[in-house]
Amino acid sequence: MKAENEKILVGDAWVYGDNVDTDVIIPARYLTTSAPELLAPHCMEDIDPIFAGEVKAGDIIVGGSNFGCGSSREHAPIAIKASGISCVIAPSFARIFFRNAINIGLPALECPEIAAKKGDRFEINLETGRIENKTSGEIFTARPIPDFLRHLFELGGLAPYVRARLEASS
Amino acid sequence: MLSRSAPRTLAEAIIASHSADEAASGSICRVNVDFAFANDITAAPAIDEFKKMGGRHVFDVKRCAIVPDHFTPNKDIASAEQAKKARRFAREQGMLFWEVGRVGVEHAFLPESGNTLPGEIVIGADSHTCTYGALGAFGTGVGQTDLAAVWVLGETWLRVPETVKVLFRGRPSEWIGGKDMIIALIGKIGVEGARYKSLEFHGEAISALTMDDRFTMANMAIEAGGKCGLFPPDEKALDYANARKTRDFTPIYPDEAARYSETVEIDASSLEPTVALPHLPGNARAAKECSDMEIDQVFIGSCTNGRMRDMELAASALKGRRVHDRVRLMVIPASYEVYNEALDRGWIKIFTQAGASICTPSCGPCMGGHLGILAEGERCVSTSNRNFVGRMGHAKSEVILAGPLVAAASAVTGRVTDPREVFERGESMK
Repeated sequence: MKAENEKILVGDAWVYGDNVDTDVIIPARYLTTSAPELLAPHCMEDIDPIFAGEVKAGDIIVGGSNFGCGSSREHAPIAIKASGISCVIAPSFARIFFRNAINIGLPALECPEIAAKKGDRFEINLETGRIENKTSGEIFTARPIPDFLRHLFELGGLAPYVRARLEASS
Repeated sequence: MLSRSAPRTLAEAIIASHSADEAASGSICRVNVDFAFANDITAAPAIDEFKKMGGRHVFDVKRCAIVPDHFTPNKDIASAEQAKKARRFAREQGMLFWEVGRVGVEHAFLPESGNTLPGEIVIGADSHTCTYGALGAFGTGVGQTDLAAVWVLGETWLRVPETVKVLFRGRPSEWIGGKDMIIALIGKIGVEGARYKSLEFHGEAISALTMDDRFTMANMAIEAGGKCGLFPPDEKALDYANARKTRDFTPIYPDEAARYSETVEIDASSLEPTVALPHLPGNARAAKECSDMEIDQVFIGSCTNGRMRDMELAASALKGRRVHDRVRLMVIPASYEVYNEALDRGWIKIFTQAGASICTPSCGPCMGGHLGILAEGERCVSTSNRNFVGRMGHAKSEVILAGPLVAAASAVTGRVTDPREVFERGESMK
């Protein structure tokens, strides 16, 4: 996320169970495009047909463990981000999904204790990792991400990092 | 060279050999990449990212590839446009690209064509890039942005994974293959049992496995959440690679005293033909316990089980038999090398005489894109690697994962079937 962007996110939760795989986040039948606006209408449709129609900009996803397992398709975090989701919180992420999310600038916060019910209002401080469930009053802390990844994220993703490397070498 | 600080696992040793960094477990290292590729789905967005990054030339035209396999031959205008974009870029760059008729499923075709070799780091914009672990290569999947960065820089970053040592003791029966072994492992450790970690395979049962069975197992490391699934390259692996190599390579081995985060032991001699029920690859069950599950389709193919050994087992099982009237059997050799060999040996005729459909080498129905999509309520026994909700079609369809013998037996009976029920004991499956 770029420095000028908000570090405080406020949004309502969409809650899912363990092992949400990238095939259900965005089924392969839609992978004849990578255009975010064409992927978003199908996001989560095989496990939650309501999601794409009702998600509001700024909402968050609270997933279970191993969120984003399976296929390496970057279309998955792209579809989530294009749906308006501002942040995904889960006890653990599958590694490729996590990398992809950072690379495209979708905050993915690992928080083993996270607890939420659908529609709970959350306030999240991306700087400190403080996660407040304002509906239940519970407060959680996200695990810090490694410095190198934070650096990538603050640059706005991997593309600006590579561009800077190229410029420095030419 | 850095002095050796500690004994290394195979993953640590390969990363250390490709990095100026220390490669301590858990640290993030910049590594040089030996081979980097995308498929026809991930290439188009990777090309967009490559351009956004200011990339002009891929780092090495002989080490960068696009493998059109997912929607091949193209199934509609949109997939044809994606493939066209990939093809044009590959031509402009002069990088590796193969057309339908000369290619195959990426993870079958690339090792077979000697493009991925022992001791290497292979990065692919496809999660099953872990398949190259069968050769003792650190293969791992990434998204298209990471892949584009590798194409530009010739390097990537990797967090040095902890390693789970997997010890398959004893000798399995002739009915057991790599698929039964890997499903049994995932059933035991769970679909995130190796999350962020490397799996390293050892034991008597591993030494006895064919290369094709090892590719099957390495392929599914990701289904346990693994970053890679590595086999220290023995003589079989080196013979395979030397017969096919497109460049020289240096095999790399773990140290005897390497430290593993845990060791998982499995008695291979007690394994039975195994399936993974919907909707997770870790839902392992003995095939014989699922014999009341009727099926509509069987798929034998994919980057998991579309190789010579799989075709050979399926052909030996189906010889002189008929696919059940209610069942559609799709056989898709994973490459043209496999296809041609299967033709030469008469296996394709065995399949068609049994009532199977043969399709051109591609991913086929595995990820629900093409060639054999399931309708609502349909159930498929598949030799592929994933059985997630909606993976092969309708959200209310089901995929049951199995090896080629269970798949062939199930095609004959029309329900999930232990091959020992259909084929006589002692019938040669070797």
